[in-house]
Amino acid sequence: MKEKYIEDLREIKKMMNLSTRFISLSGLSGVSIGIIALFGVWFADHIVFKDQNYLVADRIELSDKSITHILLIAIGTLLLSTITAIFFTVKKSKQQNQNVWNHQTKRLLINLFIPLIAGGLLCFILLFKGFIGLLPPLTLMFYGLALVNASKYTLPEIRSLGLFEIVLGLIAVQLIDYGLFLWAFGFGILHIAYGLFIQRKYQS
Amino acid sequence: MKEVLKDLDKAFENKIRLGIMSALVVNDSLDFNTLKDLLGVTDGNLASHLKSLEKNEYIQFKKEFLDRKPHTDYSATTKGKDAFKKHITAIEQLLK
Repeated sequence: MKEKYIEDLREIKKMMNLSTRFISLSGLSGVSIGIIALFGVWFADHIVFKDQNYLVADRIELSDKSITHILLIAIGTLLLSTITAIFFTVKKSKQQNQNVWNHQTKRLLINLFIPLIAGGLLCFILLFKGFIGLLPPLTLMFYGLALVNASKYTLPEIRSLGLFEIVLGLIAVQLIDYGLFLWAFGFGILHIAYGLFIQRKYQS
Repeated sequence: MKEVLKDLDKAFENKIRLGIMSALVVNDSLDFNTLKDLLGVTDGNLASHLKSLEKNEYIQFKKEFLDRKPHTDYSATTKGKDAFKKHITAIEQLLK
């Protein structure tokens, strides 16, 4: 009799979690996003920021070539990360016998993308106005806000990752000449660390 | 002990009905297919359990047409939420 009710409570908890949270988030996608981010930062450092003092809070005259390079690196990094994240997540959903494209996924994505798109558009505008030094801190901050906002609909660990990114973003505004380094830490190292942690914790 | 047993709800004795209710109390509403995916049951099985919860007035539904296809959204009623809360409290009492 007691066992039946313990089992019932477990079922209640499971259904509440399954119906509200996207649980197929793969740790490996975090690791891959982190590695891609480190490559992106390396490219940006060597192609755009090398020999140039772009990491300041002031407006800068950017050559068309620099803008094109930054956009290409940014889009390439974003595209590669998205593709690998989708790849590992779909793989994990299949392992868990979950439908990838369900009500929980949609809710997660909508809540992730509201701050992310707002921040992305802001950075886009600032880039064309020449405020390139503000891009590393602002991308960190808006990404962090997006994660905190989306964390209610997926694994709870994502919330603290978001908080870390927000703090890093604020530090990067203050120490603006270390912007790229902090960006590499936030998008690279933290993703890899959280990815490994999640992979280990939720391995089934 | 007897007091506690009185609060256990027969409607939630079945595992599928318990699952439906658990999902509906933490979501504003869920449609038929989402519930089906969550519980991993057949259409007929789910429909019969939904009907029985409806009869108790624990859940309500809203039918509309999206792209000319019928789309039914289910949600828990206040009565259903109260009954579910009572049921869980009773289980917790029993397990103490």
